[in-house]
Amino acid sequence: MSDRFHTVVCKVENKAGVLARVAGLFARRGFNIESLAVAPTDDDAFSRITFVVDVESAPLEQVVKQLDKLINVVDIRQLDPTTAIQREFMMITVDVAPDDRQPVFDLAEEYVAEVLDTGANDMMISLSDTPARVDEFEERLRPFGISQIQRTGTVGMAKLQP
Amino acid sequence: MTNGGDALIRSLELEGVEIMFGLPGGAILPVYDPIITSSIRHVLVRHEQGAGHMAQGYAHATGKPGVAIVTSGPAATNMVTPLLDAYMDSVPMVCITGQVAYSAIGTDAFQEADTTGITMSATKHNFLVSDAADIPQTIHEAFHIATTGRPGPVLVDLPKNIVNPADPSSHFEWVEPTAPDLPGYNPTVEPDLDLIREAAAMISAAKRPVLYAGGGILKARGADALRELAELVGIPVVTTLMARGALPDSHELNLGMPGMHGNYTAVMSMQEADLLVALGSRFDDRVTGKLDGFAPDAKIIHVDIDPAELGKVRRADIGIQADVRLAMEALISAIGSTNQADRSAWRSHLSGYQEKFPLVYEDSAPGDALKPQFVLERLRDGSPEDTIVTSGVGQHQMWASQHWNFEHPYTWINSGGLGTMGFSIPAAIGAKAGMPDRTVWAVDGDGCFQMTAQELVTASMERIPIKVALLNNGYLGMVKQWQEMFYDERYSEVYLSPDLPDYKMWAEAMGCHAIRVESPEEVDAAIAEANEVNDRPVVVEFRTDPREKVFPMVAAGATNSELMVDPSQTDKLPGGGH
Repeated sequence: MSDRFHTVVCKVENKAGVLARVAGLFARRGFNIESLAVAPTDDDAFSRITFVVDVESAPLEQVVKQLDKLINVVDIRQLDPTTAIQREFMMITVDVAPDDRQPVFDLAEEYVAEVLDTGANDMMISLSDTPARVDEFEERLRPFGISQIQRTGTVGMAKLQP
Repeated sequence: MTNGGDALIRSLELEGVEIMFGLPGGAILPVYDPIITSSIRHVLVRHEQGAGHMAQGYAHATGKPGVAIVTSGPAATNMVTPLLDAYMDSVPMVCITGQVAYSAIGTDAFQEADTTGITMSATKHNFLVSDAADIPQTIHEAFHIATTGRPGPVLVDLPKNIVNPADPSSHFEWVEPTAPDLPGYNPTVEPDLDLIREAAAMISAAKRPVLYAGGGILKARGADALRELAELVGIPVVTTLMARGALPDSHELNLGMPGMHGNYTAVMSMQEADLLVALGSRFDDRVTGKLDGFAPDAKIIHVDIDPAELGKVRRADIGIQADVRLAMEALISAIGSTNQADRSAWRSHLSGYQEKFPLVYEDSAPGDALKPQFVLERLRDGSPEDTIVTSGVGQHQMWASQHWNFEHPYTWINSGGLGTMGFSIPAAIGAKAGMPDRTVWAVDGDGCFQMTAQELVTASMERIPIKVALLNNGYLGMVKQWQEMFYDERYSEVYLSPDLPDYKMWAEAMGCHAIRVESPEEVDAAIAEANEVNDRPVVVEFRTDPREKVFPMVAAGATNSELMVDPSQTDKLPGGGH
């Protein structure tokens, strides 16, 4: 991912319309949200929204401050890629006849991906890894013919203190 | 048992609401029944936009949150302009809107609008209440959010079923609201004292400093602290369009308004400063001009309660997130008797500018059309010193801000950030309703007047005797000025006609006392007559010279150093002028 991609993690109140408020601040400035993941936290009252945006640092700084002003946003932080662990999950289906599958199995083994299902002429595989590794895996499967792909968006946490 | 409608009115009473401005309709109907027996005065407006601006005018003048109440759909969309206006100018305001029944939301029901969606970016916060039992707590939180931190408008959208006593879903057992439960909302108000000490040192050492006073000072009730700080350090002050009155215009340290139509001294003081102390101001583009050329040598101390303002436009050398009154008080103690740099040369340099470039206009020759600046000067001198002045947006607004002497805080009410034409009359009604013993003059232009004049009917009916000084030049004057200066005098769609409508007849038809003034000799008598009338609104139509332009002026895209002064002063500019 280029330097323009930033990961922002928001802890928000788990209420109707909060995602629209957060997304609205990006939309207003024409910033594209590259990926988005939303899920409740251990406390039902709050959710965590993780989004990756494609934007220069300075304007992002301003949006982060504006996001923090939203009444429903409890906490907001930018994840520093050098001190954060990030993961993304992908499910992918490749068109590959039974006789040609060995290279795909090999690739799955190399990436520690899981073969979830096999059909008459296709295979379904999943991978959970850094966004960069997920990109790479996708590229290496591309020559086999990708028929379906779904990615979840990045989530992340700061590294633990050694 | 209570019901949502009764609970809403009781909640508003508990918040100390004395007056609200509104207009009933289908979805809000059940709420209007308990209004009959409530202690809260309701002012029935003629257009919902008027209700919003009245609530703003009331809030500006009294410091208390303004309340507007309207129905769903078109009423809510008519409220969008005042909400955004209040958001831009940080006006505390609570707006109640009706909504279709909860089960009907999203079905394109009659008079349905996605009000919380539409107003999301026009409010500090909004609520869609789904359960009647949540009304007391929601109203309490709405007032808390509107009035604390950086003030702003909050909207509460109430589906009809939860306020309609005929609907079982409106019934609940009343519970007193408790402290707001807003885990994401904790505005910092106390300044960081380390930063205050650094700022105090930077201020004390500065040779050419300027206090750049913004509207936040008024919101923070900080006018006394500003004066004390300015006098303690002997530093000149510029008061932005939103801060007029924060320091008396007669104060020797007050340089007046900076910005696009600011006076020469105020604008140049900022350009030449070595330190700008921004106090509740936000480096608005109308103040800075072209940013690259703004105050090129100045270090910046920026105090604002809203952290998103710090560094938004101009990087601050010291950024202090705090209530600006508390920050100024802390600065006063931190500076104490610290030796101040010698600034006598700076002050006398600026006095030189004041002498050389005062605000001027050319008096009308006998038989010539009336000058709008002259009208405002006579109005100023013929009205009580504590008169509250409101204005619309355009040339008349700039002339009013320039030529009035604001001696007290909360005497100047205008639409600064959004620039909403038609603001003046409803804002004046709200201000007069909140401050009935004060004279309230709405300075208006003919373009603005035609946008909201119908609220004069409201003023007549409700016996809220405001006075309107209508500067009628028959044009959308500010647009005409730009077309004259920047579009080769090609006038496109700016002529309104001074005679159509007949403003005197129109004002009389709305229950006002009306006077038409066409020559300079009639001005004083008309003003005296208007100031005598206190049983109904007054409209004085002044036929003014359409050729008159607002100076000084910084052209769009120019730096403040390229300020254009009145043509009569051009030869005094360094280098013979621009």
